[in-house]
Amino acid sequence: MTRASALLEGVWEFVVGDDWLTALGVVLALALTASIAAAAIAAWWVMPPAVIGLLALSIRRAARDGSRSR
Amino acid sequence: MSGAEWGLAVSVFLACTVEAVEALTIVLAVGTTRNWSSAMSGVGAATVALAAIVAALGPALTSLPIDLLRVLVGGLLLIFGLQWLRKAILRSAGLKAKHDELQTFQEEAEAARAAGGKRTGLDGYAFTIAFKGVLLEGLEVAFIVLTFGANQHRVPLAAAAAGLAVLLVVAAGAAARAPLASVPENTMKFAVGVMLTSFGMFWGTEGTGASWPGGDAALLAIIPGVLAAAIAMAWTVRRTVNTAAISDHVATPAKVSDQDKVGDQATVSA
Repeated sequence: MTRASALLEGVWEFVVGDDWLTALGVVLALALTASIAAAAIAAWWVMPPAVIGLLALSIRRAARDGSRSR
Repeated sequence: MSGAEWGLAVSVFLACTVEAVEALTIVLAVGTTRNWSSAMSGVGAATVALAAIVAALGPALTSLPIDLLRVLVGGLLLIFGLQWLRKAILRSAGLKAKHDELQTFQEEAEAARAAGGKRTGLDGYAFTIAFKGVLLEGLEVAFIVLTFGANQHRVPLAAAAAGLAVLLVVAAGAAARAPLASVPENTMKFAVGVMLTSFGMFWGTEGTGASWPGGDAALLAIIPGVLAAAIAMAWTVRRTVNTAAISDHVATPAKVSDQDKVGDQATVSA
């Protein structure tokens, strides 16, 4: 592994962590908020349910994996 | 200080306290079993590296356009905050091992004793382990200091909160001469997760061009809302795990495959 790829892997691990689906969900939710706001429509309501939903799904995935590995 | 500045200071202080406790355990282990001066040299070098990162990236971040900065910072804080919250909730339910400072201390000390090399003069093992421990534990705090501080143009306030946390932890460690095992790390991580998630959601949304009803006052609803949702999830997961454990206990050994199904169905509702 080259230093550049090791550095990239380290940055990915540091920023995204072990749940890339949640990180992707955050990006998509922000993009949806931006696109609604760009149409001059109130968009603040997108993030609260998106964030709570992402957390619930992330915990559900981890709990399911945990119960299977026990 | 404004409410947002208090939020910044408290979040950085709590995050830094948790990470400093973990770094202290590593430094204590190599210091007591190998060489104190080399371990402290490693701590000093890592502290200088972290300060350089903050000093170099702080001005670069604050020079970004405010909306771009808020989207970037909000997104990163959200990703970090959700990770902290998820791990804290899983630990509270027993689905992830809690950080045990005494056990970590014993493991690090055992590894330090087993490692070869000289223990007088500059001990490379003690230096490297202390350096890595402080740098890795401190990197996330440096990132939180930068993102939180840059967004409110209060990097010095965030750095001061982090410095105060380190001083308190070091003083407590020096007084106890042992790992700080009684610090409620998981509760503090839960609180940091709530704050990072709340501020990340607030700033990320504002950065996209959307406006919160009531402006900054919306944080007074967002923070309790995230806290309530996280507590409810923690309670649900704990209850689900307990129910599954009871089902496992009363089930007959011949129905092992059915136990797995019960566990899976129970966790789906979490």
